Amino acid sequence: MRLWQRRAILLFPYAWLLLFFLAPFVIVVKISLSQTAIAQPPYVPVLDVSAGWAGLEGFFSALSLDAYRLLVSDPIYLLSYLKSLTVAAVSTVILLVVGYPIAYGVARSPRHWQPLLVMAVVLPFWTSFLIRVYAWINILQRDGLLNDILMRLHIIAAPQAWLASDTAIYIGMVYSYLPFMVLPLYATLEKIDMTLLEAASDLGCTPLRAFWRVTFPLSVPGITAGVLLCFIPIVGEFVIPDLLGSSESLMIGQTLWTEFFANRDWPVASAIAVTLLGILVAPIMLYERLQRRQLEMFE
Amino acid sequence: MVAPPPTAAGRGWLTTKVGEMDKPAALLRIENVSKQFGPLTAVDSLSLEIGHGEFFALLGPSGCGKTTLLRMLAGFETPSSGRILLDGEDIVAVPPHRRPINMMFQNYALFPHLTVEGNVAFGLRQERLSRAEIATRVEEMLALVRLKGFNRRRIDHLSGGQRQRVALARSLVKRPRVLLLDEPLAALDKKLRAETQFELMELQRKLGTTFVIVTHDQEEAMIVADRIAVMDRGRLRQVAPPNDIYERPNSRWVAEFIGEVSLIEGALRAGGILDSVFGPLRVPPNQTARGKVWLALRPEKLRLSTTRPEGDLNALSGTVSEIGYRGGVSIYKVRLADQSLIKVALSNSGPSSRLEVSIGATIWVSWPKENGVVLTQ
Repeated sequence: MRLWQRRAILLFPYAWLLLFFLAPFVIVVKISLSQTAIAQPPYVPVLDVSAGWAGLEGFFSALSLDAYRLLVSDPIYLLSYLKSLTVAAVSTVILLVVGYPIAYGVARSPRHWQPLLVMAVVLPFWTSFLIRVYAWINILQRDGLLNDILMRLHIIAAPQAWLASDTAIYIGMVYSYLPFMVLPLYATLEKIDMTLLEAASDLGCTPLRAFWRVTFPLSVPGITAGVLLCFIPIVGEFVIPDLLGSSESLMIGQTLWTEFFANRDWPVASAIAVTLLGILVAPIMLYERLQRRQLEMFE
Repeated sequence: MVAPPPTAAGRGWLTTKVGEMDKPAALLRIENVSKQFGPLTAVDSLSLEIGHGEFFALLGPSGCGKTTLLRMLAGFETPSSGRILLDGEDIVAVPPHRRPINMMFQNYALFPHLTVEGNVAFGLRQERLSRAEIATRVEEMLALVRLKGFNRRRIDHLSGGQRQRVALARSLVKRPRVLLLDEPLAALDKKLRAETQFELMELQRKLGTTFVIVTHDQEEAMIVADRIAVMDRGRLRQVAPPNDIYERPNSRWVAEFIGEVSLIEGALRAGGILDSVFGPLRVPPNQTARGKVWLALRPEKLRLSTTRPEGDLNALSGTVSEIGYRGGVSIYKVRLADQSLIKVALSNSGPSSRLEVSIGATIWVSWPKENGVVLTQ
């Protein structure tokens, strides 16, 4: 391959990132430093290139950190962030606890069954995400399927309010994100050499001990991948808490939506988005570092 | 190659190996063990005794059931019927993690997430030993397999030979009553394999542990083992020391499986005479069999000459069909009167010992009658 061809191939992902991530991000950062205005677009300043150097100077002097100051001063934003992180953390733990046995079961089932079982895990993706969440509304509402079943089984006497609660959010999150947890776990578990477990057994481990001393440590890369694949999008999740949750405490995605569409406060909405990215970069960097360390270990 | 490992003599658990002349008391007794996988019979009512401190080889072609038998000894497979006794106690129902038997796996099955030390200590950690005790025993074992100083090394940073020794150390550190070795040297290249065979023997002699090795490599089995069980289709063909297996095979199958052999069919009559298509041939004395038998002749036990040899020898004439020079020996294939080929190996022990013949030349194959073996089946 010629040099320019190789360069062109490398250029493509960078061009993509520049065009669809970095450029919009710079615009969002810029908006977060602006002031609301009853105008089109609804903020000032707007860069006016025709005014020349003076215009540029005026533009930069008009930028301010007011939106960020608001984020710090009004507790509703902090509470939203905390709510999001809590929901994401608890959901991820539940996902791991539910997803690990599923992934393990699939990985240990007869080889010719495995594609079918993986398919079964992925199958819900074939219907629209929104329809699946709406279906949960149906199941969880007062005269819904869940109350009906529980009452028929005499577990509860009167219908319970499932909808518009944190329980409903967790149900929706775990249901929707399960494949993101199961698939990376399955991928690592499936690769583990079964003779390693025989060796552990030969060296005196009961099956349970062999799991904790061999299978579990070898599945850590899958756990890390699954946790991040679930945690990061759940922090910013909007649809599930909006449809299934209560309006009392909002997740950060909902707060952002309110600022943007209800209050038309683009600078604050942008500041929320920029801050959220800052918060999420930490676990992403941690993941990168873990991966690099793993690579070093295998060098 | 490398200096021999430091002697481990003087420790309580090390005993000297049982001499070849003593009849070792049975440590492992396999009684009528069968194993079926669906319609397939992998092991067919097999009985076998393995003695204390013995280096025992299970030898056979692939699919003969030797690995299944080994896995039943380890506890990974349960016999369909029969008993396995260790020191007189039936261990069939004992799960692998409670058997005082350890196994060295064919692909080594080393734990990739642990260091050399972590792998070797793995089994000891299950025994609730003190940290100090574990450390001492790991050190001792690493020294024994010449991996001192490799403690913190990761498994993927080791060569094939080093991995093999970690696997050996890991399976020996628990001081098993029996060590099972599943094709332990198959992954090594030829030269390293030859060196490692002698190291294995030395190690086994030092520790006095009973070793049961599974191999398809007959040369390997003959080098390392005190006794060999030749297996075929789930059954034992012959169980004997290597020398007996080679010199006195009990059947054509064993003779042909172990080393090279030429067979001459004939009828045995009184006076130690075999009537063959080549006329009467003399066989070793004291034959009890009568009727149809085969005379087995090993290539290196035959001689070649350009003229009919004198003296009390069996002699057949033929033409040289092929000559293969192998360095230490030359292989001659001679076509006999009945168009069959007989293989003769001549040692190239001196410059003059090479026979100056060319392909197509008439030649005499001869042997003293003691060099043949009469096989009845």
